[in-house]
Amino acid sequence: MPPQQLKVNGKVHTVDVAPDTPLLWILRDTLDLKGTKYGCGIGNCGACTVLLAGKPARSCQTLLDDVGTDPVTTIEGLSLDGNHPVQLAWQEIDVPQCGYCQAGQILAASALLAATPHPTDAQIDAAMSSNICRCGTYPRIRQAIHKAASSTTK
Amino acid sequence: MSISPTQLNRRTFLQMSALLTGGLALNLYDLPIASAQGTRPILTPEAFIHINADGSITIMAKSPEIGQGVKTMLPMIIAEELDADWSTVRIEQAELDEARFGGQAAGGSTTTPNNWDPLRRVGAACRQMLITTAAKRWNVPASECTTTPNHVHHTGSKRILPYAELAVAAAALTPPDLATVPLKDPKDYRIIGKPHAGVDNHSIATGKPLYGIDVTVPGMLHAVIQKCPVFGGKVKSFNQAEIEKLPGVRHVLILDGTLSSDPVVSSDPGIEPGVAILADTWWQAQSARSNLKVEWDNGPGATQSTVAFEKRAAELLQSPPANTLHTDGNVDAALKGAAKVVEATYAYPFIAHAALEPMNTTASFKDGKLEVWSPSQNPGSGRRMIVNTLKIAPENITIHLTRIGGAFGRRLMNDYMVEAAYLAQKVQAPVKLLWSREDDFGHDAYRPGGFHSFKAGLDANNKLIAWRQHFVTYGVGDHYGSSAGMRGTEFPAGHVENFGLYTSTMPLNLRTGPLRAPGSNTIAFVGQSFLDEVATAAGRDPYEFQMELRGNSPDHSDRLSNVLASVAERSNWSNRPKTPGRGMGIACYASHQGFFAEVADVSVDAKNQITVHKVWVVGDIGSQIINPGAAENMVYGSVIDGLSQMIQEITLDNGAIQQTNYNHHPVMRMRQTPIIDAWFLKTDHPPTGLGEPALPPLLPAVANAVFAATGKRIRTLPLSRSGFSFA
Repeated sequence: MPPQQLKVNGKVHTVDVAPDTPLLWILRDTLDLKGTKYGCGIGNCGACTVLLAGKPARSCQTLLDDVGTDPVTTIEGLSLDGNHPVQLAWQEIDVPQCGYCQAGQILAASALLAATPHPTDAQIDAAMSSNICRCGTYPRIRQAIHKAASSTTK
Repeated sequence: MSISPTQLNRRTFLQMSALLTGGLALNLYDLPIASAQGTRPILTPEAFIHINADGSITIMAKSPEIGQGVKTMLPMIIAEELDADWSTVRIEQAELDEARFGGQAAGGSTTTPNNWDPLRRVGAACRQMLITTAAKRWNVPASECTTTPNHVHHTGSKRILPYAELAVAAAALTPPDLATVPLKDPKDYRIIGKPHAGVDNHSIATGKPLYGIDVTVPGMLHAVIQKCPVFGGKVKSFNQAEIEKLPGVRHVLILDGTLSSDPVVSSDPGIEPGVAILADTWWQAQSARSNLKVEWDNGPGATQSTVAFEKRAAELLQSPPANTLHTDGNVDAALKGAAKVVEATYAYPFIAHAALEPMNTTASFKDGKLEVWSPSQNPGSGRRMIVNTLKIAPENITIHLTRIGGAFGRRLMNDYMVEAAYLAQKVQAPVKLLWSREDDFGHDAYRPGGFHSFKAGLDANNKLIAWRQHFVTYGVGDHYGSSAGMRGTEFPAGHVENFGLYTSTMPLNLRTGPLRAPGSNTIAFVGQSFLDEVATAAGRDPYEFQMELRGNSPDHSDRLSNVLASVAERSNWSNRPKTPGRGMGIACYASHQGFFAEVADVSVDAKNQITVHKVWVVGDIGSQIINPGAAENMVYGSVIDGLSQMIQEITLDNGAIQQTNYNHHPVMRMRQTPIIDAWFLKTDHPPTGLGEPALPPLLPAVANAVFAATGKRIRTLPLSRSGFSFA
């Protein structure tokens, strides 16, 4: 397979990997973007969530052919200096326990707020229930999403 | 304590600290610190505190951060007594050095009780040295000096000096006696008792490489290990030549394994046999693995199955017990004479830890020295295993502690650390070993399942007069598998005249081990659920029945009774609504020096789907909640983890684990999360840990609530085996 182009966090990379290599491992091991996490490898846990053209995608189930020319956003590229409202709310509400799932949670939450700026609890549950937090930070994730929603309107 | 420029890399920084503080060795012998190894390290301010020339203060975080918040909480303790300005504090994760830092295992909710006193004294000693230095400089008595954050003051002359200007001279002083160094009055605390956000939050929210899985060492190879689906099975033959030709593959080798032949398998019995594949990238190694064709010698484990264990357990429960743990009075005679006898059998399955970051370790072996980066809860034990397995002297092993993506007890075991070290030594190159999720589910040290039959006797006045419990578990004779035993003094021992607690064992060729609140997470479920049955049979309110029973104790300061009373009050227990399909349940349990009571409010629909609306939690973990923000998070986590434990199950067929991923062994999702009300009673006891004790009462509280809602008992977990599920 010839080298292919991949747009990640606003930058175009040329990658030369086997065609069955999931985007997750291209991000982590080829591009050294370690923020995207491996959790289950079957698209069940959401730890590997990235944004593909702004929509949440499971990078462990995504191949280069699936990406095409769509831009990829990882946690490292969500904002320039960690000041996306969701990132700020996560720190202020002190969401993380172990923190391992939180990159995926933050990206899923940012996509939710982009589509639904003031989500209800039910909308938050619907959007976020595909991301596992093994430590059980869900109450604070919900709180942080409301916080981020209110901060963006100020 | 040292002066050092900031912005140096860590190694240089520490070396410089050592140089600058060569004269500072406090004689702090025999501190009452209990490390995992029983060593009594000489703790010094120098080990933990570095006062930097720019005014910032670096505090070393000694223990592994697994999400329980110790990387923030332990430095808070030091900073409080040092009177440090928290906004100037920088936290550095210590590497493994138990002679310097004391025990560095994080497990059993012991980090708080083991470090509360020693680390306050470390901070206080350093503060005293700074005061002494300032007093000398001003030529005033030290008793006239005091501190505000990062500064020493002379009250009379209103002079003031920052710590940074005093640090070098202070380091040359003879240190105070730690045993008698004055500590702050808790009412003067500025840091302890106030919520402090996790020190890694910014790095987490921006995706910085913090975890073991994120470690990169130049030139490293990526490794996977294929093990036999049956525990301990060995490689007979495999298609080595074919695998070696696959893209990126650099080494393919057989691990013979180092499993002990002990008939009772320990939690960390050595390395399992398997085939290791090392490649340029992890995906290449993993892809190569999918082409493996291994002929296994399954060994004796291949005949094991969950169905057969259940059959054998049922036979044993019908037979006289093999072992007696504890008796009072004559339980069998009392049961015969009882006005009413209540009987029930309970069962719960094996479950897996399922920490979200899969097991991994990176190891580099060079010139006889081994350097390891490992997400281990128990790195000291890992080093000893490496010493014993690879014959590398302990002084030639450096172990860096990474942030850890969840542990729950799994990472008290260090098999993955030893495997990585073995491979690095074998191929003489840096190696990053990463287990797949399927490896993790298939080769855990599982929470053991168990079976309990109960008989309780009530007299004509509905007083509990007899309690007989027969526990069928895994082991040989009276040697129990890891986390498969129970205490003879388990409640209601001591509260009922006639008591008998017995066990029988079944041999098990599978690794079991501690999982969050080991023992307690199952014993609380069966004991507190059956107590609810007995109360119901007695026609009594379960809360009042248990309070009365506990009141029989000679110890009237019973901490469990107090949290039980408090949770009843907070949940308005006595006025709870009695609506069909909706109910509340109550339970309490003491574990890991923490005392917890919980009430669950649930509804159950026509399809037996349970919605948990709210859980009230009241805990007593002593006089001080050191970091209330993290404490609340730990209670939330314990409740949600407890709910997950009610739907999880690991089963065996032909010796192989049948669950491979989260789709077969679920964890609770956000939409299933109840409202959680967390409350602490502050009592006159030293602070204790919170990683575990809030979990055990959750399961019986929910099961008892389901009974209140439906009249149906949950006696077998997971819920599906009792005909229920979470909505």
